[in-house]
Amino acid sequence: MAERSEVVFVDGVRTPFGRAGEKGMYWGTRADDLIVKAMIGLLERNPSLPKERVDDVAIAATTQQGDQGLTLGRTAAILAGLPLSVPGYAIDRMCAGAMTSVTTTAGGIAFGAYDVAIAGGVEHMGRHPMGFGADPNPRFLAEKLVSGDALNMGLTAERLHDRFAALTKERADRFGMRSQQKVAAAYAAGKIQPDLVPVALRSESGYGLATTDDGLRPETTMEGLAGLKTPFRPHGRVTAGNASPLTDGATVSLLASAEAAKELGLTTKMRLVSFAYAGVAPEVMGIGPIPSTEKALKKAGLTIDDIGAFELNEAFAVQVLSLLDHFGIDDDDPRVNPWGGAIAVGHPLASSGVRLMIQLARQFEERPDVRYGLTAMCVGLGQGGSVIWENPHYTGKKA
Amino acid sequence: MATSATAQYSPDQFAELRALSDDEVVTHSYVRDVPLPSGGMLALVTLDNGRDHTRPSTLGPAGLMELAEVLDAQKARAAAGEIRALAITGKPFILAAGADLSKVGDIPSYEAGLQMAQMGHYALGKLGELGVPSFCFINGLALGGGVEIALNCDYRTLDSSAAALALPEVFLGIIPGWGGAWLLPNLIGIENALKVVVENPLKNNRTLKPAEAFELGMADALIAPANFLEDSLRWADGVLAGTVKVKRPNEPGKLERAVKWDVAIGIARKTLEKRLGKVAKSPYAALELLAAAKNTTKAEGFAAEDKALADLVAGDQFRASIYAFNLVQKRAKKPAGAPDKALAKKVTKVGVLGAGLMASQFALLFLRRLQVPVVITDLDQARVDKGLDYIRGEIAELEKKGRIDSDEANRLNALLSGTTDKADFAECDWVIEAVFEELSIKQDVFAEVEQYISPEAVLATNTSSLSVEQIGAKLKNPERVVGFHFFNPVAVMPLIEVVNTPATDEATLATAMATAQALRKNAVITADTPGFVVNRILAKVLGEAMHAVEIGTPFETVVDAQRHFGLPMDPFVLLDLVGLKVGAHVLDTHHAAFPDRFFESKALHELAEANVLLEKDGKGHSKGIDKRAIAIVEKHRPADARPYTVEQLTARLEDGLADEIHRMLADGVVAAAEDIDLCMILGAGWPFQMGGVTPFLDRVGASERTFGDTFHHPPIRGVR
Repeated sequence: MAERSEVVFVDGVRTPFGRAGEKGMYWGTRADDLIVKAMIGLLERNPSLPKERVDDVAIAATTQQGDQGLTLGRTAAILAGLPLSVPGYAIDRMCAGAMTSVTTTAGGIAFGAYDVAIAGGVEHMGRHPMGFGADPNPRFLAEKLVSGDALNMGLTAERLHDRFAALTKERADRFGMRSQQKVAAAYAAGKIQPDLVPVALRSESGYGLATTDDGLRPETTMEGLAGLKTPFRPHGRVTAGNASPLTDGATVSLLASAEAAKELGLTTKMRLVSFAYAGVAPEVMGIGPIPSTEKALKKAGLTIDDIGAFELNEAFAVQVLSLLDHFGIDDDDPRVNPWGGAIAVGHPLASSGVRLMIQLARQFEERPDVRYGLTAMCVGLGQGGSVIWENPHYTGKKA
Repeated sequence: MATSATAQYSPDQFAELRALSDDEVVTHSYVRDVPLPSGGMLALVTLDNGRDHTRPSTLGPAGLMELAEVLDAQKARAAAGEIRALAITGKPFILAAGADLSKVGDIPSYEAGLQMAQMGHYALGKLGELGVPSFCFINGLALGGGVEIALNCDYRTLDSSAAALALPEVFLGIIPGWGGAWLLPNLIGIENALKVVVENPLKNNRTLKPAEAFELGMADALIAPANFLEDSLRWADGVLAGTVKVKRPNEPGKLERAVKWDVAIGIARKTLEKRLGKVAKSPYAALELLAAAKNTTKAEGFAAEDKALADLVAGDQFRASIYAFNLVQKRAKKPAGAPDKALAKKVTKVGVLGAGLMASQFALLFLRRLQVPVVITDLDQARVDKGLDYIRGEIAELEKKGRIDSDEANRLNALLSGTTDKADFAECDWVIEAVFEELSIKQDVFAEVEQYISPEAVLATNTSSLSVEQIGAKLKNPERVVGFHFFNPVAVMPLIEVVNTPATDEATLATAMATAQALRKNAVITADTPGFVVNRILAKVLGEAMHAVEIGTPFETVVDAQRHFGLPMDPFVLLDLVGLKVGAHVLDTHHAAFPDRFFESKALHELAEANVLLEKDGKGHSKGIDKRAIAIVEKHRPADARPYTVEQLTARLEDGLADEIHRMLADGVVAAAEDIDLCMILGAGWPFQMGGVTPFLDRVGASERTFGDTFHHPPIRGVR
């Protein structure tokens, strides 16, 4: 009988995120190379881990074909130099891919099946545009199972503006601008760089090296945002300024049982408290994190007031704001995304979940006054995912 | 290092060479800045010719001048404090494959050749004079000038998966002339440099694996491929920041220069003279440069390389070498006269008639390369078992050496079977015979097996002296008979003469060509004429040699008469190698076919009987002719015989070969002179510097003397 274990987040790293498309820095770089370089960086940072002790490798991607196909967890493990005895598999829950890699392997650890696991995700949206090559069942529309808007994420965001009159374009733009400013400040303070793995880039003008996220727009102003096009609807509210851009990038984390972490001399950056996923109507997928967070809090026996730090994925500003409104949190509450979010750094779908965790772990280190943190995100086709973490550095002292 | 090695060059001195760059596939030098973890920028230069890895980046005049300009610009940026370092790397899998050989073969004058040497120094030398440290990230294949790019840098990292590193210049009749001959010994010591510059090129152009190159000291760090560039940049940053200490244990010190250097050169020279004779120029030119590198400055070293390279590039041997290199690299892969590959029949089971040594070697080769069932047969079970034991023993040996794993060994053993019943050949679609070299025996064995096999199955004969057409004459389906003539040792020698008889059909010929390729051999199609190509030419040489000694010419004179060819061995050593009995038989065969042009040798038969020719040392090397052999030969001297002088015999040999080859081409033995040369290079090891044989015969005037023309138009020769 397997022993139930406490699950710890040992470490996480990511590649710099790049704008998707032909002009993006990763246009000439393979998706599997991105996740492999992230994995190598993670393993190099944790040299006390014997590679053969990794019990499984779960890697997510939304569009699992071409250089994102072929059972990524297994292929990436081989390419990253893990012993052939280490197994691996691929995960898909659209935007919550990496988050699901973490919670699925965490489940394996908690059950006692694994001691150590690698969990991450990659999305090269330049090479694999969302939904590319998909073949949705005609029944979805014929039987009105979902609205026609459900598969276009921009339209689902517009629907949230329709539903909640209080969620104005002005609030969404301001949230987007603040995200840019907060990321710029975090970079200036050196908060982001320590967890980035540099990636060699091949371009027509020779090799280069990616060392920072390349899509940042710290100079964003409200006036500038007001003038942006609303590509999803005429006179709509969702713009490139209050939504996350199409992005390429990979993230990866190391999870372990508390016992294995101790045995192998691995760090404990966070302790897993609870997680939950929930479904909502696909055409308003952005509110997904509300029920998933309620569920995760309930499982943990906590309330929203117990959460001292939030890392919420900014697929769209309006969708984050809907969660904040639901829980009665201010738009500019300092607990929420203090180092900005996906609107600035980008949202490479299946890899974003672990980015939230990497940043939450860094904040825990700086904030011994914070006991619990939440990472949460909305998911295409009407889902939300939430993971609650406990800060091992928590001392109980007020900041 | 105080003075500049590139100051002796200026960009406006290369006019003649730059005019040659019209159709060059230019390797561009792209630059991007990379931020360093310890602060500041590194300028990263990528060499890329815009093609995929099947067309490696090469360096021609336009590419070199572009690199020079890029490096000048970076030097200025370094002086302005904009960059802390420069690194240079290549497109995926390839750093650079050296000078563009399609160009150097066309160099029109001594001046242009000199400029090629100087331009390389001018451009690559800048890598050592930037004012900031330079790094080469050797990310893949690096040959010749590619390695010299790395050597001109201050530091080197090497991808542990790089395909190969080598300085193959000496193999091609030149020397590493873009800094390699001076820089390498001063980096890795004289003995290691001799290995890379002289020894390896002469060992069939051996290349270095990354681990060997690193061990020799050609790189400062060996880095795994997955993150090669990232880790190289991090390593470079460590060197710049002082956290990485670079150790070069092989760098020559005072003691090595004072004591070891000249001794090593001396030993190398002696070995060369013994192995190769003194005809080939490039190895000795390389030795001179390596010797001088002991106590000259880099600038002096570069100037010496310029002179040596210009001399060689303008000479006959380099032109012939490039010609030979192209034959081996290109013509060998697209054999002249080969039918459409689509006509080839599938070979799914192989039968070998015979179980002797040759037959067993065939069986092993077919097993390993085709990985299909192979059945061997012989007169009785004892012979079959002996053959099977030999093959299984060889498979076990391969496994022991790690060349194949145990799964593969099991697979090969399971594919092998032996029988005394030729009915077991029923499913074979390729049957090759290696039975006794007598027409009736070969005819009978083919006829016997024909009753069991399908009418389409190919019957291949390894005969070297019989008519392939006659071997098949008694068959119901003679159109499926083809000659398939290997050279000994079967596993090593790359040539197969595929003999196309008037009866052979296209599908059979195509199958033979496809099978040769699957065996990883180079096939040349020949007509069904005595000796095909290699044996006919060797019979000419050996017949002349035996005849000369029989009429009283001293053995030494015979050896002297062809010394200027630069052949791998003298005729008597060759006779000893092929076996005296076989040699006598080959001479008989050719004399029978062409009595007025080929000598038979009664003396050789008697030598074979007595089994005596060479006097050998303890290691089996020849020390000269055995006195008993001299006595035997003398007995055969006709009373009125007058010995040849060296000059007479030289003329007989050169003119005899030119005449014979001219006849062979007129008779359509092969498609062109190029195929004769290919056969002699691959089947007899005749040297690149001779271009096989026909460029040599053109340049010594034998072609003009015998048939009033040359084999090649224009003749393959130097520009002065």
